[in-house]
Amino acid sequence: MPYVITSPCVADYSCLEICPVDCISPNPDDDAFDHAEQLYIDPDRCIDCAACVDACPVNAIYKQELLPPRWTHYAEVNRDYFRNAEKRIAVVQETSL
Amino acid sequence: MTTQKRPALRVAVVGAGPAGLYAVGQLLDQVDVDVDVDVLERLPTPHGLVRAGVAPDHPLKKRVIDNMFEFYLDHPRVRFFGNVELGDRVVPADLALWYDAVIYAVGASDDRKLGIPGEDLVGSYAAREFVAWYNGHPDFSDRQFDLSSERAVIVGTGNVALDVARILTCDLEVLRQTEIADYALDTLSRSKIKEVLILARRSHMQGAFNNPELEELGESSTVAVELRNATLTPEQQCLEQQLDWIDRRKVATLKKLQQRQLENPEKRIVFQFLTSPERILGDERVAGVSLQSNRLVGDSPDTLAIEGTGETTEVATGLVFRSIGYRGNALADLPFYDSTGTIPNALGRVLQHNEILPGVYVTGWIKRGPSGVIGSNKKCARETTSCLLEDLAAGRLKGDVLSPVAVEAELRQRCKALVTQSDWHRIDSAERLAGTAQSRPRVKFTDRASLLLAAGVPE
Repeated sequence: MPYVITSPCVADYSCLEICPVDCISPNPDDDAFDHAEQLYIDPDRCIDCAACVDACPVNAIYKQELLPPRWTHYAEVNRDYFRNAEKRIAVVQETSL
Repeated sequence: MTTQKRPALRVAVVGAGPAGLYAVGQLLDQVDVDVDVDVLERLPTPHGLVRAGVAPDHPLKKRVIDNMFEFYLDHPRVRFFGNVELGDRVVPADLALWYDAVIYAVGASDDRKLGIPGEDLVGSYAAREFVAWYNGHPDFSDRQFDLSSERAVIVGTGNVALDVARILTCDLEVLRQTEIADYALDTLSRSKIKEVLILARRSHMQGAFNNPELEELGESSTVAVELRNATLTPEQQCLEQQLDWIDRRKVATLKKLQQRQLENPEKRIVFQFLTSPERILGDERVAGVSLQSNRLVGDSPDTLAIEGTGETTEVATGLVFRSIGYRGNALADLPFYDSTGTIPNALGRVLQHNEILPGVYVTGWIKRGPSGVIGSNKKCARETTSCLLEDLAAGRLKGDVLSPVAVEAELRQRCKALVTQSDWHRIDSAERLAGTAQSRPRVKFTDRASLLLAAGVPE
């Protein structure tokens, strides 16, 4: 089960800096970061290492099955972010190949 | 005054809010150069808007203090000097002499005005003032807010507007478990407010709030949410589908909030979209607001605009909060753009008459304007400190500085009641201890005298 970023997130990107598989978005180097409400974990790429959990300064990251009830929908919010960003990511991957 | 060459880079950061403290963090992260940082703060307490802006019922966001910012302030290369106000006894020219580089992270201590008649009546305030008041900011703790009106009006739809609406309607039992100022609890316990009317100039597809803050309104079982003017004409209905993901989520959340069925809601929050205040009514005190209706024009989310319909109505209220943005203030003799409320800069290097002022930097709201979330300041600080380190490598910093001991002596001579990090720890511990007794995170000291007393610093 992947990890999920919930609404207390303050977009401090310490999680993104420590993530070994680069599965957290948006990156502060992207323009999208400047309008981001929070960061999101790609559930399809997360390897469950939990490095982000300790890095988060506001303890906003939970293992999906341990999400507090008020934030269970954030599993879908995180997944949904990448579904909507898929097109953009595909373009980036193509150019970097 | 003697100056001497120091091996470590000596930097002053002015302002101990998130902007300044993220800059400290970035400087401490450097491996190629040792950086000594002095953090100067006008209040006796650090943490800026995380302490005095973030709502008391958002304790999770305040964890950034213990998990990160206090770690920076406790670092052996960092010193905190609170209760130091720039402009009189200590001026930017002094700091320029004392340090290799100075980073101004002074934030935005003013707010944007509506510019409509009646704005200065008693009962019309900036949301910023109310927020600082309920958070126990020592410069605002003597304010009085009259909550005897049944309706409060908030102009603007940002997260601050939602914070104010939530605090005004919040269950007192919930607030009693927070670090909200005691006098604010007392005033709120006598509040007669039943309705908070949020006025949005633009449409329900253009709310400035973020999703988490909006969703949170749905967690209350006693406060209903009502939407006005949130229906689109048949031709405009496709617009909602064309919004980007974040805005689509906001619209869906708004609709969900409206559809909730509460049994006996005690209070309600009303979002009235497409409505601009055109005059605050009343003789000496606010008695109402005159409103103008707007209509939505444009056929794609990128070209949406509003135009006045000419139709006006009035709504009765004794309390109006404008919540249309913070605004930076000029600081001493530093350059300042009045139109944006920021210090002119290039990537954080301060500009005077379009020339770079060597060794002078900005970060945070005074650099980029009042926008973003707490972490936005980390990216902002990274840009500024990169410039600073680039300037160091290129030999553009002067190198002559005052020793840390000499700086502290200067500060103690010029400022009475200097608050150091260990003094702040005494305030912090006393507040937490008082909080433990009441099952609250802390009970804040809300005026300078009691803060300094708790710090053990004679006034």
